[in-house]
Amino acid sequence: MPNIVILGGGVGGTIVANQVARQMRNELKNGDLSITVITESAQHVYQPMFLYMAFDQVVPADAKKPERELLDRRINLVVGAAERIDAAGNAVWMADGTRIAYDYLVIATGSRPDPEQVPGLTDGGYHFYTEEAALRLRQALHDFQGGRIVVTVGVPHKCPVAPLEFVLMVDDWAKARGIREKTEVVYTYPIGRVHSIATVAEWVEPILDGRGIETHIFFNPETVDPQAQTITSLEGETLRYDLLVAVPPHTGQAVIGRSGLGDSGGWLATDRASLRLQGSDNVFVLGDATNLPISKAGSTAHFEADVVASNLVNLLRGGLGSVRYDGKVFCFIETGLKKATFITFDYANPPTPVEATEMIHLYKLAYNRLYWLTPAGLL
Amino acid sequence: MTEGLKVIDARNSFCPGPLMELIKEIRQEQVGAVMEVWSSDAGSAKDIPEWIRRAGHELLASVAEDGIFKIRVKKLR
Ligand SMILES: Cc1cc2nc3c(=O)[nH]c(=O)nc-3n(C[C@H](O)[C@H](O)[C@H](O)COP(=O)(O)OP(=O)(O)OC[C@H]3O[C@@H](n4cnc5c(N)ncnc54)[C@H](O)[C@@H]3O)c2cc1C
Repeated sequence: MPNIVILGGGVGGTIVANQVARQMRNELKNGDLSITVITESAQHVYQPMFLYMAFDQVVPADAKKPERELLDRRINLVVGAAERIDAAGNAVWMADGTRIAYDYLVIATGSRPDPEQVPGLTDGGYHFYTEEAALRLRQALHDFQGGRIVVTVGVPHKCPVAPLEFVLMVDDWAKARGIREKTEVVYTYPIGRVHSIATVAEWVEPILDGRGIETHIFFNPETVDPQAQTITSLEGETLRYDLLVAVPPHTGQAVIGRSGLGDSGGWLATDRASLRLQGSDNVFVLGDATNLPISKAGSTAHFEADVVASNLVNLLRGGLGSVRYDGKVFCFIETGLKKATFITFDYANPPTPVEATEMIHLYKLAYNRLYWLTPAGLL
Repeated sequence: MTEGLKVIDARNSFCPGPLMELIKEIRQEQVGAVMEVWSSDAGSAKDIPEWIRRAGHELLASVAEDGIFKIRVKKLR
């Protein structure tokens, strides 16, 4: 009986598990196939809510559901930390010493914000990339009475539109609280324009300008001095702040390094079309964990999961597993507290933002509530 | 290909894009490492050398081959 093991019960891993289970219902029922999801936490977390949590629009409970409830009941769920992947031996070793063997492995372990990479950042800055961090920032914003808010961006990071969304939202938020006149909003970006995507940068530059948001390009945070309240870039520029909101640089998960599989950042060398781990026939990688030059986003993980699930089903039925990923990504972009736009692109077609509207914003808020249908494999 | 040269294949990468991919790699490599970033975006031939200069690394080469821009850089700090 073939065993599929999926390491990581985030958006990507959960979709793969449910889609294979749905398409191979009979095999699962008859005991001709087994699917196991291994994940660290019993709760599935919808991370985009952290942005709204920082503005006190939602609370942690809105972002979580038990993973067991989201998985098809025939899928085995193992809640625990994986210690090591033994790719040569086709098995995952758990921290408690258990060995879980596989015929096919899907690695969907995501990424991890790592503020420690920038000396002083943990003490001097805030962010919204984990629940705890978002709650700390929520308190800092709640206590904020005016001053200089500086937003910086570490490389690499997941959700490349989130820093821009934060800056546009914090501008609206300061206006709504009546403290915008006493507040300076400063947005920095690592490369030579205000967003990685040229068309998004061209679209948003006049918006930032019109709202009186100061911008600094070629700004890669190198050190923070929490006493002096300054942040210095590796390009040699120093900015003073009263409130520093710094998207931390990210790394892959420690289990990848412990398994000797990733590069020095913990990212997995992945074929951009087949989504197989390079050099392997039976290991697939998706979502934030890959080294692919595309956005680390839930939508990326979702489109990749569709490809991986189709290939697994095809392989189990005697096919060659040759469905290819075309690089598709879709992202909403909040342009404040009331309007949003969206972009979609793939390896061949660049994105073009459309005019921001209230409808798109309302759709995004609705999606935040409907999200649970995505890991269930329904939306 | 030069021995020890790390290729960063960022062709057809709209987001995060070739320069962000280079910044990511350069941050995780040792001083002295040589890498070459591949881009299908003509803008990279200008942006990437400019960042290399500002960040204090060394631009070793910048060539275009069949619409692919190949920029080679040495990490200095
Ligand atoms: C503030 C914020 C806003 C965002 N907004 C958007 C948005 O608007 N749109 C969008 O598309 N994306 C957005 N994202 C990005 C999105 O959340 C991620 O890209 C997505 O979750 C990646 O999916 P994944 O399946 O690769 O990994 P994750 O969903 O991160 O799942 C990884 C899983 O692996 C498990 N795991 C890791 N290591 C181990 C181990 N050793 N043992 C066992 N289990 C392990 C974890 O517990 C987790 O369940 C946002 C992210 C943040 C933080």
